[in-house]
Amino acid sequence: MKLYEYEAKQLFSLYNISVPEFELARTPEEAREITQKLGGKSVLKAQVLVAGRGKLGGIKFAESPQEAYELAKKLLGMEIKGEKVNSLLVSEVVNIERELYLSIVIDRSVGAISILASSEGGIDIEELAARSPEKLIKVYVDPLIGLKPYHIRRITEFMNLSDEQKKALQDITLNLYRVFVDFDCELAEINPLAVDKEGKLVPVDAKVIIDDNALFRRKEFAERVYVELNELEIEAKKHGFSYVELDGDIGIIGNGAGLTMATMDLVKLYGGRPANFLDIGGGARADVVEKAASLLLKHPKVKVLLVNILGGITRCDEVAKGLVNALTNYGKDKKLVVRLIGTNEEEGKKILSNAGISAFDSMEDAAKNAVELAKVVRVWPC
Amino acid sequence: MAVLVDKNTYVVVQGITGREGSFHTKAMLDYGTKVVAGVTPGKGGQSVHGIPVYDSIYEAVSKHQEINTSIIFVPSSYAPDAVYEAIDAGIDIIVLITEHIPVHDSMKFIRYAKLRGVCIIGPNCPGIISPGESKVGIMPGHVFSKGTIGIVSRSGTLTYEVAYAITKMRLGQSTAVGIGGDPITGMSMIDMLELFREDDETKAVVLIGEIGGDMEERAAEYIRRSGYEKPVVAFVAGRTAPPGKRMGHAGAIISMGTGDAESKVRVFEASGVKVASTPTEVAKLLKEILKG
Repeated sequence: MKLYEYEAKQLFSLYNISVPEFELARTPEEAREITQKLGGKSVLKAQVLVAGRGKLGGIKFAESPQEAYELAKKLLGMEIKGEKVNSLLVSEVVNIERELYLSIVIDRSVGAISILASSEGGIDIEELAARSPEKLIKVYVDPLIGLKPYHIRRITEFMNLSDEQKKALQDITLNLYRVFVDFDCELAEINPLAVDKEGKLVPVDAKVIIDDNALFRRKEFAERVYVELNELEIEAKKHGFSYVELDGDIGIIGNGAGLTMATMDLVKLYGGRPANFLDIGGGARADVVEKAASLLLKHPKVKVLLVNILGGITRCDEVAKGLVNALTNYGKDKKLVVRLIGTNEEEGKKILSNAGISAFDSMEDAAKNAVELAKVVRVWPC
Repeated sequence: MAVLVDKNTYVVVQGITGREGSFHTKAMLDYGTKVVAGVTPGKGGQSVHGIPVYDSIYEAVSKHQEINTSIIFVPSSYAPDAVYEAIDAGIDIIVLITEHIPVHDSMKFIRYAKLRGVCIIGPNCPGIISPGESKVGIMPGHVFSKGTIGIVSRSGTLTYEVAYAITKMRLGQSTAVGIGGDPITGMSMIDMLELFREDDETKAVVLIGEIGGDMEERAAEYIRRSGYEKPVVAFVAGRTAPPGKRMGHAGAIISMGTGDAESKVRVFEASGVKVASTPTEVAKLLKEILKG
C-alpha cells in the first residue's frame, strides 16, 4: 500500500526525521490560512499516489496567501493520471542548494534489505542507475543483523558532505531504517533529500510503500487500503479474489494467478484483447464463482467472458453451478466460453450442458474461440 | 531417483487440525506419501485421519525419528513461528504452503534457514511432487506421471497445466517443484537447476516463470555461464500484465522498470533456452528436443 506524501512525512516526524513544516488543505480557504501561518509563502503539493505529479502541474508555488487560494482552487479537483486531487500538502518553501537521494528497499534478488544513496537527487533514480551507476551506492543489510554503524559510514563517506551534514545524514538513515522495519515497508524513499542554503539536510519529498500482507499488524492503515482501488477492485477484494482492470473486451476468469495470466496472454496471442485479470484463487465455491462471473458479465466493456478452470482443490461442479447462476441473471447479451477440467469434471460439464453451454478441454482452444466470438460481437449493430 | 522428496520422505504436517491441513493430509496419504505425524499447539493427543497430533514439533520428532520433512498450513501471522520451530527441530526440508506472509518475516526466516542448511520451499507455493514416490503439497496428483522432466515453477495451477500437457505427451516428471509466488522464496530457480543437474533421472528441465523480480534472468545467466548440460524449456506468464499492478501473487508485479515478461523471454532465448508461447507448446518443445 502506497502512503500519501503527508502520511509518509507524518511517519518521518514521528521518528525524529524533521521535515519542512506543513499542513493539509482540503479547501482553498485552508490553503490560504496555512500559507498565512507559514509567513505568506508556500508550496502546494497535490496529494496523489501516482508518480510524476510535478511534471503534470501538481506542484505550485504561492508568493502570497491569496495566490495560494487561487492555486488551490485550480489544483483541488483536478485529475493527475486519472487520480482526483482531494487534498494539498501546503508546506514551507525550502531554498534548495543541492539535492541528494536516499532510499531503503526490499531487494528481491538477494533476499535482504538494501539502502541506496546518491549525491544526485531529485531525479528518476532508475535513470541515474542506468546512466551513471558510479554516482549511486548500494549497501546491503542482513535483516537478521540489522543496520550497523559501518553500513551508515559507507553511505555518509560516499556523499561528499561536511562533518555536520554527515552526522545529520547518519541520523536520517538510522531513523528511516527504523520506519522501514517498524512499518513493514517495501520502500521508504526521500527524493530529493535537499541541502538548503544554510547547509541543513531537509527531506523535501517522501515516499513509503507498506507490504499489504503486513497490514494486519498496522491497523491504522488497514482500512485505508481501499483508497487506491476502483469500485470493481474493492468489490473483488471483499470477495477474496484478485482483480486488475485492462482495456480490452474479453473478460478473463481463472483459478490461480499464473494460469489466469497465461489465459490473458493466450487471448492476446490469438489477436484478442483481455478486459481484466480475475483470479478466483483455490477452492472457490459456487457463490464465489457466481460473484466473480456476475461482476464481469455486468461490466459494460466485457463482450465475451472466458473462464479457464483447472480443478485441483477447486471443484468443477461448484464452478459450473456458479457460472450457470450468473449467466441466468446477467448473461442476456454476453457470450460465455468455458474451459473446465480436473476435480469433478464430469458433473461440472453436465451442469453446463444442461444449461446449453459446452466446455472446452484445452485452454488454447477456448481462448481461440473467445477471440473469434469477440470479433463477431464487436461488428454486431445493436 | 528424484529430487527433494522420494520414498524415503517422512512428513510432519504443521497445522494438521485446520481445514486445509486436514484436507491435504488425507490427499497426501491417498497419494502414498508417508505422513507420520501432525502438530498443532494445544491439540496434542488428537488424531487426524489416523495420524497422531502433537503439541510441538520437538515432540513429534522425538517420537518419530524418521521425520525429515515438514509441510506447513499455519495461517500467515503464525507461520513464521512454525518455520523457526521446524528449523530448530532439525527438519531438512520445509514446504511452506501459507500465502500472505509479510515479506519482512519471510526474508528473515529464509536467511536463518540458509545459515542452518535447511531448505525452504515457498512461501505461497503448491509444494513438491515426485510422481509415484511422494507428494508433499496440495497439487492434484493425477495430472502428474512418473517420467524424466523436472519442473520448477513460481505458480500453482499453471504448473498443473504444464505438467498435464507433459503427462499427455507421455514424458512424465521426475520431480515438480512450485517454489512459490512471493517476492522472496526459499529456493530459487538456480537452486533447483543445480539439484536437477545432479539427478540422473531428469533429462530436461522446465522453468515456469512470471512477471516480477529477476529470478528468470538470473537463471538464464546461470544456464549460459555454467554451460548447463540438460535442455531447458521455459514459459513466462504475464506478457499482457500492466506495470505497477500486482497480478494475484505478491511477487508478480512489474516495478521500477524491471520484471516484465518480454525481457525475461529475451534473456532466456539469448541463453539458449527455448521459450514456449503456450502451456501446451512446452510439452511439444520437450518432445522435439528429447527426440533429437
